[in-house]
Amino acid sequence: MAKKASAGIALLALAGLALSGCSARGADAADNTIDGEVKGDLKVITWRTDLVEDGTFDDYVAEFEKLYPDVKVSVEGITDYEGEMKTRLSSTNYGDVIGIPTMQPSQFEQFLEPLGEKSDFEDTYRFLNTHSYEGTQYGLAVGGNANGVLYNTRVFEEAGVTELPTTEAEFLDALQAIKDETDAIPLYTNYKEGWPLTQAFSNLGSVTNDPDAGIHMAKDPAPWTKGTDVYAIDSLLYDAVAAGLTEEDPLTTNWEQSKVDIATGKIGAMTLGSWAISQMQAAAEENGASADDIGYMAFPAEADGTQYAVIGGDYNLGISKHSKSKAAAWAWIQWFLQDSGFTQDQGMISTVAAEELPANLAGFDEAGVELMETNPAPAGEESLLSDVSNDSQIDLWGPIYRQKLVDIARGAADGDKESYFAELNERWGASVEKLAQ
Amino acid sequence: MAITASGPAAADTVAVVTATEGRPARRPSGAGLRRRFPGRLTPYLFLAAAVGLLLLLTYWPAANLFYYSFTDWDGLDQTKNLVGFDNYVQVFTDPRIFSVFGVSLYYFAASFVQMGLALYFATILSFSTRFQNLFRGILFFPYLINGVAIGFVFLYLFQPGGTLDTVLSWFGVTDPPQWLGDPDIANWSLAGTSVWRYMGMNFVLFLGAIQSLPGELYEAAELDGASRWQQFWAIVVPGIRRVIGLSFILAIAGSLSVFEIPFIMTGGANGTSTFVIQTIQTAFNFRQVGLASAMAVVLLIIVLLVTWLQRRLFPDEKVDLT
Repeated sequence: MAKKASAGIALLALAGLALSGCSARGADAADNTIDGEVKGDLKVITWRTDLVEDGTFDDYVAEFEKLYPDVKVSVEGITDYEGEMKTRLSSTNYGDVIGIPTMQPSQFEQFLEPLGEKSDFEDTYRFLNTHSYEGTQYGLAVGGNANGVLYNTRVFEEAGVTELPTTEAEFLDALQAIKDETDAIPLYTNYKEGWPLTQAFSNLGSVTNDPDAGIHMAKDPAPWTKGTDVYAIDSLLYDAVAAGLTEEDPLTTNWEQSKVDIATGKIGAMTLGSWAISQMQAAAEENGASADDIGYMAFPAEADGTQYAVIGGDYNLGISKHSKSKAAAWAWIQWFLQDSGFTQDQGMISTVAAEELPANLAGFDEAGVELMETNPAPAGEESLLSDVSNDSQIDLWGPIYRQKLVDIARGAADGDKESYFAELNERWGASVEKLAQ
Repeated sequence: MAITASGPAAADTVAVVTATEGRPARRPSGAGLRRRFPGRLTPYLFLAAAVGLLLLLTYWPAANLFYYSFTDWDGLDQTKNLVGFDNYVQVFTDPRIFSVFGVSLYYFAASFVQMGLALYFATILSFSTRFQNLFRGILFFPYLINGVAIGFVFLYLFQPGGTLDTVLSWFGVTDPPQWLGDPDIANWSLAGTSVWRYMGMNFVLFLGAIQSLPGELYEAAELDGASRWQQFWAIVVPGIRRVIGLSFILAIAGSLSVFEIPFIMTGGANGTSTFVIQTIQTAFNFRQVGLASAMAVVLLIIVLLVTWLQRRLFPDEKVDLT
């Protein structure tokens, strides 16, 4: 019996090998490079299930196939994109064009086809820093966002706030005015949802006008100290919550409802990236308010009298290393960024450097806000910031430590701002000492 | 697999046919041996499919889990470096990892309430009561709803100004606490939800055990003048002692590995994080799949240990009711 069983298992294993062998064949053929002939089947995997469902992607596919008649495009939308894509990457079957899920720069070459030298793209495209490694570019951003604070202009007017706040103190005063003068919740944290809490962190760099803020933070044994970007960002949250300027019961927040609430003036402000503007405007129109009620301002801080806003790339498009139609995939990416009209439709900053800013960021020009991009980490330190974050279990890009911050601020957990920042510094410092030599 | 299975099955059919024709096979002994060998194999072949799936879907992933727990894998990288017992050392030395077991105490305490209620209802409904079956159905129903739906239902119940607050206001409670927002209450709210959900299961276990007790015992007890209360203590409780013991083990294992209710309702925020939620966060938020695997293995060992300890302390006694 034992023999039979092992024979059966061996047979299964063989079948598995044969199957995986099949799907990989052809990916390494000599003519299958990104500069080859544009033809074949192309599978595009996207996180924008909404655009797949409402037919927007069908239009893109039709237009692309008109240009390249030899290519047959199919689109697959995945709802839990990050989670599912990470699992699929362990196979060889993850489509041809993908949005690159979070990974370390040193891991790009394990999964992605190199697109060329970073220096060759510098004149044409923005947002190259995050997805290049040792001078090679592996992905191009689908579009970009600015970071700052989304607010309801009508609520601010009702509260008598005529000038947009440019410092933390002014911002808290404005929130206090909203609390006193209107029925709106001044600042909505979306604590239960979690991820909206993390959006403010993208402002790292704009407070001190330091494009290297992330690089410095990765080596700073005590980054939660007055004068740093992360201190300013987390302080704003803490102080607003501690002053009672946020929602009453943060454990029962709801993202979809918050869109309607800010659109109809029940919420004053939320710290979100500019990608949210178009969604909030849509919610406003659907609920009988005006799209003009949704305003966007820079993070309330100024360095030497000027306000800065960090702009950064959204998901990056990359080509699977195991794709059988690499040339078609590369053609799709270039066409999508340059000619599809995606960024204009979505109100995003175009990755193409020559394109102008979207209309929804017009407020930045009026307020004299300067845009900035952050610098890439130097060679050998690309993953240092995330390594320190993981090791210290302070999830800079996640909600866990910020939820604790909110808990402390609203008196639901022990401690105060000083003690919690000291604890964060201690944990962070220990990991910096361990990892950053 | 299909090919290996079809051969002996065909041989088996032949054997059946010859037998029904009433001609006992008289063949050279060598051929008979060859016939009997696949025949003896038949039960194993029926088992093979089920065991194969079990191996593939349960034991193989579990073996992987043990393997990952000795690596520094981040869940994505194609190379996994072996790091020996580093992950286990970290599980036992990092106070942040073990402190969350405190939360399990709330659920453990709640499980006694759960068993008490279940026993109470099971006893009442095992005697003839009007609408007996309707009530049994109502009490068991919550166990059939999936945990995600329950999480959402209770989320609305506990909202400020939600259903619970409204009902309380009819009784004059004007200033109810924040059921999930107040860290002193949040864990009790969640444990209460858990009681509501799993009570039906205990109830059915107890009910089944109580109904299997022979009816003459009650009759005899009644003739002797025993009250219902005396019947309960002298007949029902000792009669279902084994099931109570089983429920107790399930309660301990369950309260150590609470997951879906707090995960859906609070995401582990506000001091409601449990060991399993923390394991998930370690694996997918902090990308330390190796460490998370070690945590999962440690939890498995703890549950096994507690069960073993419980069996040693309260061994199964044969109960003789007569």
